[in-house]
Amino acid sequence: MNEARYAIGIDLGTTHCVMAYVDLGLSDRDQVIQQMVPIPQLTGPGAVEDRLVLPSFLYLPHPDELASGDLTLPWGVQPSFTVGELARNLGSRTPIRLVSSAKSWLCHPAVDRRAPILPVEAPDEVERVSPLQASIRYLEHLRDAWNYQHPEAPLLEQEIILTVPASFDPAARELTAEAAAAVGFNQLVLLEEPQAALYSWIQASDSNWRNQVKLGDVILVIDVGGGTTDLSLIAVTERDGSLELTRVAVGDHILLGGDNMDLALAHVARAKLAVQGTALDLWQLQALTHGCRTAKEILLVDPSVATVPVVVPSRGSKLIGGTIRTELTHEEVAQTLVEGFFPWVEAHARPAARARTALTKLGLPYAQDAGVTRHLAAFLGRQTGATADLAGFEGGAPQGASFLHPTAILFNGGVFKAWQLAERTLDVLNKWLAAEGAPPARLLEGANLDLAVASGAAYYGYVRRGRGVRIRGGTARSYYVGIESAMPAVPGMEPPLQVLCIAPFGMEEGTEADLPPQEVGLVVGEPVRFRFFGSSVRRDDQVGTVLESWLPDEVEELEEIEANLPAEGRIPGEVVPVRLRAAVTEVGTLQLEAVPRNGSETWKVEFDVRGGS
Amino acid sequence: MTELKPSFSTRLVLALHAFWRTLTDPDFAVSVARLQQGDLFAGPVTAATKPVTLRETAPESALQLLGLLQQEGRFVDFLQENVSTFSDAEIGGAARVVHEGCRKTLQQHLNIEPVRAEPEGARVVLEEGFDASAVRLTGNVVGKPPFTGTLMHRGWRVVQVRLPKLVEGHDVTILAPAEVEL
Repeated sequence: MNEARYAIGIDLGTTHCVMAYVDLGLSDRDQVIQQMVPIPQLTGPGAVEDRLVLPSFLYLPHPDELASGDLTLPWGVQPSFTVGELARNLGSRTPIRLVSSAKSWLCHPAVDRRAPILPVEAPDEVERVSPLQASIRYLEHLRDAWNYQHPEAPLLEQEIILTVPASFDPAARELTAEAAAAVGFNQLVLLEEPQAALYSWIQASDSNWRNQVKLGDVILVIDVGGGTTDLSLIAVTERDGSLELTRVAVGDHILLGGDNMDLALAHVARAKLAVQGTALDLWQLQALTHGCRTAKEILLVDPSVATVPVVVPSRGSKLIGGTIRTELTHEEVAQTLVEGFFPWVEAHARPAARARTALTKLGLPYAQDAGVTRHLAAFLGRQTGATADLAGFEGGAPQGASFLHPTAILFNGGVFKAWQLAERTLDVLNKWLAAEGAPPARLLEGANLDLAVASGAAYYGYVRRGRGVRIRGGTARSYYVGIESAMPAVPGMEPPLQVLCIAPFGMEEGTEADLPPQEVGLVVGEPVRFRFFGSSVRRDDQVGTVLESWLPDEVEELEEIEANLPAEGRIPGEVVPVRLRAAVTEVGTLQLEAVPRNGSETWKVEFDVRGGS
Repeated sequence: MTELKPSFSTRLVLALHAFWRTLTDPDFAVSVARLQQGDLFAGPVTAATKPVTLRETAPESALQLLGLLQQEGRFVDFLQENVSTFSDAEIGGAARVVHEGCRKTLQQHLNIEPVRAEPEGARVVLEEGFDASAVRLTGNVVGKPPFTGTLMHRGWRVVQVRLPKLVEGHDVTILAPAEVEL
C-alpha cells in the first residue's frame, strides 16, 4: 500500500459531520499544513453546494416525491436516498422519512443495531435502515466527497482518524469500526472526541501549550454537542523531563445536548404564543426552534441585548398576514437554559434518575436529568481518585476532597457559542473548588467550537508519527465478565454474581492482556452468552481479579458478550473449558477471544448488539 | 442632453476624417450607413470602434439566486404581497424573516464588500484612469482627473460567487414548488 499522503480527521457527529486533513508530506515540525474539507452535498433538489458540515440526516424519499435526477451527486451517482442539508430540509416537512441521531441509536443497548429500525415512526412501505447502515451512508458520502476533490489521493489510501465519544462502550466502538470497514477504510484509528478537541487546542496554541499548562494540571474537557454531553479528564504528566498528557477518566454517555436546549426554549416561546391564542403545528414548532437557537446565540453572547424577536413565517405564500411573532428576553433564556441546564448546584449534587415508566415508546434513552452541572458533579465526584497513581500529583486529590479538582477547563461543541453557558459552567466549578480551598480552574481558550474535533483528529494523525505530544491513557475502563459463583443455589434467591477482570484499566492500542487463570465453559455448537461489565474507577484490578461485591456506580453492566464454538470435530453439547483474553486493536476497539486449554485455535467473542431485552 | 454645435472648421475636419474612414474601415461604414438611415441608436456610433452588440444575460443564475432568496428568506412571497393593507408592525414582523433569510443567503453564496473602504462622507481623490464602472461621478462633473469629491455611497462589489451546481435539466423557473401536504 502507498504511504498515506494525508491524515484525515472525520467527526462523525450526532447532528453533523465534519472532515479535515493534514498534509503529511508538506508538514514539518510545528508547520502543520491543515485544511477543512468542503463537503459537496445536495442543498435543494438538483442543487449541489459545498459546505463545511454535512448534517447527519438521512432522508428516504417516496419514489414520486422528487423529479428524476434531483438526487444526483457531483460524482455521478444517483442514490435513492439523500444525506446532508437536503435530507434535513425534506425531513423537517416529512419527519416519517427522516433518520436522525443515528449515532445515538448506534449505542442504544435496547435495540438491534444491525436491524432496519429507522426511522422509528416510518410507515411500513418505507424501507427502513439500521443505525449501522445510516452511519455507513454518511461515511460513504464523505468518502465520495473526498475522492471527487482529490482523485489523485483516494481516501482509502489515506490515514483516517474517526472520532467517537469518549463515553462510547466497546460495542459502540466496534460498530463504528465496522461501519468504517464496510466503507473500505483500512488505515483507521478511533479517537475520543474530547481528546480531539484538546489536540486542536494544542495545535492552535502553536507549540506554546507547554507554557499554558504545568505538571500537575488536570484539564477538564466538556464537550456538549447537538445530541450528547461528553466529559473527559486529562492530566499533565511528565516523562523523561518533558510534559505529557494522560487521559485519566471519561464520563458516562449522556444523551443531552444543544438540540434539547433549543427545544426547551421553543417550548417557552410556544407557551407565550399560546397565551395570545396562537397554536403552532409541528412545522411551525420546528421553525420556532430554529429561531430560538439564533436568539439564544445572540442573547447569551451579548449581555447588552435585552430581547430578540423570534418570528415563525407562515407556511403559505401570504407572508405578512400569516407570520407569527414573539420575542425572547434575556431573562427567559437565562432562566430556561442557564438555570435549567446549568443550574447552581453543590459539588455533591447528583443527577436525578426517575424510574422509567413500564410502557416506554421505543425511543432514545435521553438523559433523565437536564442539569449538565449535576452530571459534571457526579463525574468529578466519582473520579476523585483518578490522578492518585500518577507521578507528580502527590497522591492525587488533596485530603478531604470530595471530588477531583480540575485546574483547567476546555469547552467544545456548538452549545458554547452561547458563551454565557460556558461562563456559568466555569463559575459553578470554581465555586465547588473554592469551597474546598482549591484555586479556580483556568479557561483554555482558542478552540473552534464546531470544527475542533475534526481538525484535532487530523492533527492527531500527524502527531501519531512522533511529531508532537500525544495524549496517553489507553482504555478508560477495566472490563469484567460475570461468572456464577460456586455457591449452592438457594431457592428464591438469585445466585450471587461475581465478576472476573479480563482487561485492566488503561490498555494501550495494540496491546494484549494476560490470560486470566480462571476458565469458563463453552458449549460446542451453541452460542454461549456472558454478562459483561465495565468500571471507570477501578484502576488497580488486574487480569484474574475476582470481585464479589462492589460499590454502587463502581461497576456498570454493559451489553452481553457471546461466544460461538463451531462444532467441527467435536461433539455438539460438549463443554470446552476456555479462558477469555482481551486485546485492544490498533484501531482502538476492544477484542475478546476464547482460548482453549490446549490447542492453538482461538475463537472470537462478539459483543451482542441485538438489544437482548 | 444638449451638446454644443461644432463650428464650420470642426465640421470640415470631421467630414474629411469620416470620408477617409468610411472608405477604409468597413465597420465604420456600417455605422455611417445606419446614421444616414436615421437609426441613431442602433449601435454605438462613436467614431472610435466597431459596434458592440449587447449580450443577453442567461436568466438561469438570476432565477437560481431568486429561488435561494425565496427558499431562505421568502423574498418572492414578500414582494408579491400587497403591503398596503397591513400595518407597519405586521410588515416589520415579516421583514425580519426576509431580512434574516436573505442576508444568510447572500452571505452563503456571495462575498460582497464595499467598493470604497473609506467611510461615507469622507473626501476621496480619484486619480486618472479610475474605474468608471466601479465609481460613479455625480454633481459638478467638470475638469480633469484627479477628481476630489465626497463619498456618498461606498458601493458594493461581489468578489466571489458560489452558486449551487445544478443537475442537468433542473427547472430554475420553479422558484418555490407548490407544497401539498398529505
